[in-house]
Amino acid sequence: MAEFASLHDAIRDLVPDGATVAMEGFTHLIPFAAGHEMIRQGKKDLTLVRMTPDVIYDQMIGMGLARKLVFSWGGNPGVGSLHRFRDAVEHGYPAPLELEEHSHAGMAARYVAGASGLPFAVLRAYVGSDLVKHTEVASINCPFTGEELAAVPALNPDVAVIHAQQADRQGNVGIWGITGVQREAVLGARKAIVTVEEIVDELSHRGPNNVMLPSWTVAAVACVPHGSHPSYSMGYSTRDNAFYTEWDLISRDRDLFARWIETFVIGTEDHAAYLSAISAQPQGKEALGG
Amino acid sequence: MVDLLSHDVTYTSDEMMTVTASRKLVDGQVCFVGIGLPSQAANLARLSHAPNVVLIYESGTIGTKPEILPLSIGDGELAERADLVVSVPEVFAYWLQAGRIDVGFLSAAQIDRFGNLNSTVVGCYEDPKVRLPGAGGAPEIVSSAGEVIVMLRHTERAFVPSVDFVTSVGFGRQGEGRAGHVGAGPTVVITDLGVLEPDPTTHELTLVATHPGVEVSDVMSHTGWDLLVADPVVTTEPPTPEELGILRDLVARTKEAHSR
Repeated sequence: MAEFASLHDAIRDLVPDGATVAMEGFTHLIPFAAGHEMIRQGKKDLTLVRMTPDVIYDQMIGMGLARKLVFSWGGNPGVGSLHRFRDAVEHGYPAPLELEEHSHAGMAARYVAGASGLPFAVLRAYVGSDLVKHTEVASINCPFTGEELAAVPALNPDVAVIHAQQADRQGNVGIWGITGVQREAVLGARKAIVTVEEIVDELSHRGPNNVMLPSWTVAAVACVPHGSHPSYSMGYSTRDNAFYTEWDLISRDRDLFARWIETFVIGTEDHAAYLSAISAQPQGKEALGG
Repeated sequence: MVDLLSHDVTYTSDEMMTVTASRKLVDGQVCFVGIGLPSQAANLARLSHAPNVVLIYESGTIGTKPEILPLSIGDGELAERADLVVSVPEVFAYWLQAGRIDVGFLSAAQIDRFGNLNSTVVGCYEDPKVRLPGAGGAPEIVSSAGEVIVMLRHTERAFVPSVDFVTSVGFGRQGEGRAGHVGAGPTVVITDLGVLEPDPTTHELTLVATHPGVEVSDVMSHTGWDLLVADPVVTTEPPTPEELGILRDLVARTKEAHSR
């Protein structure tokens, strides 16, 4: 059964330094609050795993929490580059970042293998791509037809962290809308933390197909309203597109980035304080005197 | 943006590119759509000549009919207006890899004379000059979709003799072809200056059409290699007032919604 915990305690107890952490969410339901809490607690030497590292991983990489990134597409969706990620790869600032990169199909298959308890996944992929020379992918022949296919190793993170709309009082998790690869990440991980918008008596979408993850597959559930900001939680919040655009400006400049993190993450006690700080003032360059 | 005047209809070179790309989609086709220009062109097709086109985005939204263009690949708009939403492993395995996609619609940072696409790095991989976002879904879209339409703005920086990194293979470094692939690869490249297609024998990209007001020499000077030119080169039909009206309404609706 999942334990109900504060986000602070869940991150403190379940995410040790040096852990391999997968924080999944495909544009929708990105666990920003959990990432901010890792920055507050000064976690280090993490291997961060995610198909689409976006602004939250940019913030964690920019603060030097990560030793390595395992991914398939790293950008600011709809806006452009992740400047802290680029600074780490292009200039080793604030620390060098080891990369292990795949295609989306490869990453998705790796998660499925992890959730299935298999050592690797088979797929028709990577043919002719230079990725083959730079990542863990092998060629394998189908034992029945002889067709040459790609094999990629399973992903089994130490901890998966996701954000969901709801948990019921038993800790069963309800998610709807774009569900990405969250279920595979949780089932493939050794432990999972789920932050939710709301804890409810009965999940809004009732019926036999609507528990995304039963309580006993999750280690900790923390109630963190708007825990996906600036991404969105369908039914609870809309995407803060303006923030993603402003992030381009904030993250281009090392000092402005550091001041933003100091003001809005390290300088706030928890996610509720972050939200009131964000809503109290525009977070553009002017607001921070940049 | 230079305004081009033709048939009393004024339009931009980006609009010409989007309209040209949208015309390539056939009604009823199943199309795997990338974000940005491809998404704009695919939705223009759906709202004009191809109402039954099935649009699939890699966030798992299948048969989606967005009222406004998505800013990201996983906008709520795509999920709310989809026939079904599936997980990301499912969209790549059951729908793309299994061969259910007729057309992939993609962009890239670089393309070379054999249609190879780069979205990984500019410079060398270990010490890149520019670190780009990476592969995303592109390598398998190019290998598994029936064919691929590529859209990108025509600059010497984008049209390079040989890409720095083959993220998604077109016809190979030497133009060797498509052995080992299910799909036909990039069958057409649409830019803001014209249209290129691979030569059926050598697979080298060849200029087959220029947009109205664009000279062949303009295209050549924006291409980083000695571009092959078909004989004759045709001129693209300019956008019709209907096409422009639908496109501009869509763009205006989108702008309004995203500024809220």
